[in-house]
Amino acid sequence: MRGAFFDALLTLAERDHRINLIVGDLGFGVVEEFARRFPERFLNAGIAEQNMTGIAAGMALSGRVVFTYSIANFPILRCLEQVRNDVCYHNANVKIVAVGGGLAYGSLGSTHHATEDLAIMRSLPRMTVVAPADPAEAGAATRAVAARPGPCYLRLGRAGEAQVHSGPIDFQLGKAIQVSQGSDLSLISTGGMLETAVQVAESLHHAGLQTRVLSMHTVKPLDADAILAAARETGAVFTLEEHSVDGGLGGAVAELLAEAGAGPHTFRRFGLPSTFSPVVGTQEYLRAQHGLTAKAVASAIASILEKERTFAATCTG
Amino acid sequence: MAIPSVSAQDEQRAALAKKIRLHALHMIHRAKSSHLGSAYSMADLLAVLYGRILRIDPQKPDSADRDRFVLSKGHACAALYAVLAEEGFFPKEWLEHFYENGARLAGHATHVGVPGVEVSTGSLGHGLPLACGMALAGKRDGQAYRVFTMLSDGECDEGSTWEAALFAPHHRLDNLIAIIDYNQIQSLGTVKEVLDLEPFADKWKAFGWAVHEIDGHDCAQIERALTDIPFAAGKPTCVIAHTVKGKGVSFMENKLLWHYRAPDRDEMARALAELGDSE
Repeated sequence: MRGAFFDALLTLAERDHRINLIVGDLGFGVVEEFARRFPERFLNAGIAEQNMTGIAAGMALSGRVVFTYSIANFPILRCLEQVRNDVCYHNANVKIVAVGGGLAYGSLGSTHHATEDLAIMRSLPRMTVVAPADPAEAGAATRAVAARPGPCYLRLGRAGEAQVHSGPIDFQLGKAIQVSQGSDLSLISTGGMLETAVQVAESLHHAGLQTRVLSMHTVKPLDADAILAAARETGAVFTLEEHSVDGGLGGAVAELLAEAGAGPHTFRRFGLPSTFSPVVGTQEYLRAQHGLTAKAVASAIASILEKERTFAATCTG
Repeated sequence: MAIPSVSAQDEQRAALAKKIRLHALHMIHRAKSSHLGSAYSMADLLAVLYGRILRIDPQKPDSADRDRFVLSKGHACAALYAVLAEEGFFPKEWLEHFYENGARLAGHATHVGVPGVEVSTGSLGHGLPLACGMALAGKRDGQAYRVFTMLSDGECDEGSTWEAALFAPHHRLDNLIAIIDYNQIQSLGTVKEVLDLEPFADKWKAFGWAVHEIDGHDCAQIERALTDIPFAAGKPTCVIAHTVKGKGVSFMENKLLWHYRAPDRDEMARALAELGDSE
């Protein structure tokens, strides 16, 4: 996703002289081309995220479209008040880009796990929150946030992820992409968990369950129409994210469904518990520790739906 | 237009500073709000800035080439609103509704719907980074505007202030002027007691700023300093203005209490008498 982001950004910067990139002294091997080609629109602010974000807002208020770039929590949590006051309150045209969303930096330890970012960014007024699923979505998301006036948060995975979408995608902020059709259940994922979601759907297919998979790349504003249709038409809704189950995609979907009063008969959030990882491990290892593999999620869903069926049969029988 | 004589300039600046103090007094009394002492320590600095230095047009508050003024010590906004109203950015009548439900003028500098307020502040340590961004954009755009920001001494406790202090000289932002209202009193005590900043000027010099220390209540001195900028080509300017919290009303001067207290009727009368209210 990182490569797709920079490719898209370079193309945008070529066409639009307002595009600026400010980095917090991170991005070795990937930011140099932008710096070389657009030196007057590049800035390394040093390891000083509060100042970086204030500067970004000040530059945006002077007519620029400013991308800030760092890893994991650094561009949002260290400088959260600057994000809230300087960027959001002033509706400044700042696009915050974090590479290493979720557990991408698994072995680096809990300081580098961005696992509450969606919840925190989602709560800020004016903030658009986007977590693309694969390189194709990441490139499209970069173009979309650049074109959207005002604050945006773009949560990227790492480098070298596989493409999940097999063909061209219709990427619009606030509109989910339906990856597969299905009437038995809906599985809504955000960010890089889409790959797992697709594998879950394949696995459930073998068990006779047809899954509607939605890539909810935009967590805010949420695609309420797609979620309500999924609840109405499939009856069972599951969310999947590499993020705390508190307040992220699952929380957002739960809020929507509860208030709509047209809830599905089954709803469950798959994500991370609100804890710090007690063990060291790679992204894959830590996902597995928390039941976020395709096998574990498919098995959990099958078991939940089976219980529902048994219960329903008991009631009607 | 004839150039006003030196004494006429002095009178102009003093008259504006007096109006700022009178407005702030009425506003804070009426609102039963706070931070009068903080407004008074920078009243003379604001009078010189708005009366003599800033290249701004109240008719075109958003023009691209305007000088920027960022009030980083947003809690002292009563003085900023007062000077903006006096300069014609918005009707003076708005000042009567400071702090009121449904009104525009909040208790910390607020840009929403208030012409002339460049950015909203209130949480400390935000102004210098924002001003750095504006100054850098100006440099890179080849614009001639200058960016002035007014900091409190207390907010020099904030790490973000020093992040920006490190940044500005590195990027040779000689279109940036940080004025520090060094009134020596912060929220719970004197600066010396809470977190000593001395040797203060040396710190800014060591970071690479061109520093002048002035008497922040001597309008002629303020004007000279702010006219001479940049003090050194390629360096951002730091003006450490030695001021007195509550300056202008004897019983408020150098008193921590007047960071918080709103004057009652008796105090109002005494303050008005001292300020020479003739209205």
